[in-house]
Amino acid sequence: MSLPDPVAEGVASGWRVLDGAAQTQDLHLTCDVLIIGTGAGGGMTAEVLASAGLDVLMVEEGALRTSRDFRLLEAKAYPELYQESASRKTADKAINILQGRTVGGSTTVNWTSAFRTPADTLNWWGERYGLHGLNPQAMAPWFDMAEARLGIDDWLADPNPNNSVLERGCQALGLKHGRIRRNVRGCWNLGYCGMGCATNAKQSMLVTTIPAALQHKAGLLSRARVERLLLAADGKSVQGAQGSLLRADDHSSSGYQFHLKARHVVLAAGAIGTPAILLRSGLGGAQLGKRTFLHPVSICGAVMSQRIEAYNGAPQTVYSDHFMHTQPLDGPLGYKLEVPPVHPLLVGVTLSGFGQHSAQLMQQLPQLHVMLALLRDGFHPDSQGGQVRLRSDGTPELDYPLTDVLWDGVRRSWLTMAEVQFAAGARQVQVIHEQAPLLNSWREAKEMIGQLPLKPLLARLVSAHVMGGAAMSSQPDQGVVDEYGRHWSLRNLSVIDGSVFPTSIGANPQLSVYAFALRAAHQLREALKA
Amino acid sequence: MLTRRQLIKTGMAGSVVLLAAGWLATPQPDALVPGQAMQLEFLRPSDVQIIRSIAPVMLGIAGLPLDAVVQGVDRAITKLLPAVQQELRQLFDLLANRWGRRWLAGVVSPWATASSSELAAFLRRWQNSPLLLLRSGYQALHALINAAWFGNPASWGGLGYQQPQQVMGLLL
Repeated sequence: MSLPDPVAEGVASGWRVLDGAAQTQDLHLTCDVLIIGTGAGGGMTAEVLASAGLDVLMVEEGALRTSRDFRLLEAKAYPELYQESASRKTADKAINILQGRTVGGSTTVNWTSAFRTPADTLNWWGERYGLHGLNPQAMAPWFDMAEARLGIDDWLADPNPNNSVLERGCQALGLKHGRIRRNVRGCWNLGYCGMGCATNAKQSMLVTTIPAALQHKAGLLSRARVERLLLAADGKSVQGAQGSLLRADDHSSSGYQFHLKARHVVLAAGAIGTPAILLRSGLGGAQLGKRTFLHPVSICGAVMSQRIEAYNGAPQTVYSDHFMHTQPLDGPLGYKLEVPPVHPLLVGVTLSGFGQHSAQLMQQLPQLHVMLALLRDGFHPDSQGGQVRLRSDGTPELDYPLTDVLWDGVRRSWLTMAEVQFAAGARQVQVIHEQAPLLNSWREAKEMIGQLPLKPLLARLVSAHVMGGAAMSSQPDQGVVDEYGRHWSLRNLSVIDGSVFPTSIGANPQLSVYAFALRAAHQLREALKA
Repeated sequence: MLTRRQLIKTGMAGSVVLLAAGWLATPQPDALVPGQAMQLEFLRPSDVQIIRSIAPVMLGIAGLPLDAVVQGVDRAITKLLPAVQQELRQLFDLLANRWGRRWLAGVVSPWATASSSELAAFLRRWQNSPLLLLRSGYQALHALINAAWFGNPASWGGLGYQQPQQVMGLLL
């Protein structure tokens, strides 16, 4: 017996799927709507438009990889499914960014945590950015629709022991906490979501909206890197996009080009890719690329007395927003507590220290517990996020300066995480900082964490949530697009992805992207049919 | 954050150190590594020697299958952006240069004969350096070597890590 692969079966049945690496000449295609990127925004948009009878073409820089390629192997998954082999970094290299790069984008490799956009975030956008139409009541139907489409529901199985540590610690300290809803159907509870779901249980774009769009005659061109948008002569609209087809190595150009013409173009290349395409197209704008947010994540490891095998079981099922809701939104940065899955490669590169010290920690892998704090950036006046810019070869880079207000949040979050882990029975705790030793008690931790120097590449920071850079606004000069993702000056260009958020979300953003994409796509569908 | 000015300063400091080094002593050159049978895309023989020397110290593990680690590092680098590969080329060239090795890494002996304690001192110095550039050099070596080893199933036995048996048999 082997596992079914519905995507491979669909391709075999004649879906309109083109692999850039298989082309032996330049490609020229025409469509109603060109969608650049196939992640949360592009996938949702593709289904909505294709099912309305529009001729949709999706273009994706990564390869089409399906469940038969997902082998639960980090060394295979990271180079094949992530931007820059899962080692994309901010300009000073202080924050490592995990972002998908495959058909389905980050939804193919995320850990399935599904939160609605917090009400305080939506209300803030109304108050500060004039986006009053995006209040929690108005958005509720779009969240409902996304949840129904993707099977987002309570996870009824017990949390795995890794998540239970967080729950136990919160209970012991009286911190508010809850369970995480997940976008899965028939989940096997394996724990390898980050390497692509081998059983197709995760309701990513790869197995939901993209197949649905292909079923409705949409086209998909993978291994195709969009270089720039084609502008009309009057500079007021776009005609399509052009770029390079890639070889089977997924990275180098094959020498063949593609030219895609469309009535309407949707940018859905993610909060680094979308601004980069606009920049390469010479479409700057004062706000473009600025205010790009990451939910910078600080990390704390613990050695537990028992085996917890944090590599097994649904990766994220417990969270705490205690430190988001007990202080002002624009005060010192709040943070959300979660745990990550613990697999050898990711842990090996993430743990601080080297030599005997790390070797001993790694040998205790089955007892290792890791906790994360996602810092809510973009609300405090000194939290302005980063800026996407282009390297000389045209590839994008995010410059994200680490400010005092962020470091303050990092230190407070380390203190919280160490306290929670000890409260849950940790034997030893180590914050992920190059100068942090293993600590034996909360008292010891409190003293030591207070003294750690806060400098880039001493503290290990990561991110998996890139947001902003082409923000929605109520006025043309204050953002890049309107609340439906419509570009303020190019009338047939939309941005439908995480780039549109004016601040970070304050929760794992996949469901936010889905809901906003559905809202924008339905508006676009009506406009294009008219 | 590394500003342009810091970069220039770092670069200049490096040049001054290298110039000054010329007046002090000529470091012993690294011997050429005897022909490797491996097919490598990015790494040159001098890089291979550096990784073979550093990996056991970085990982704190004796008796590593060094050829496999070198292969893993090479494979990882080939999947990175050209801009990043270029930075790594500069890093390895700097370390392979005997002046760079002696005066920026502080490793007196050639890589092949440097002691563990000498290599550990180098790693610690770069890990905690006041210069962002050297800290990022350390982090690059750390990430590449750890990814190469812990991405290799040969390392898993020592960690007690196992893929879930109930599904492995179903994967073709």
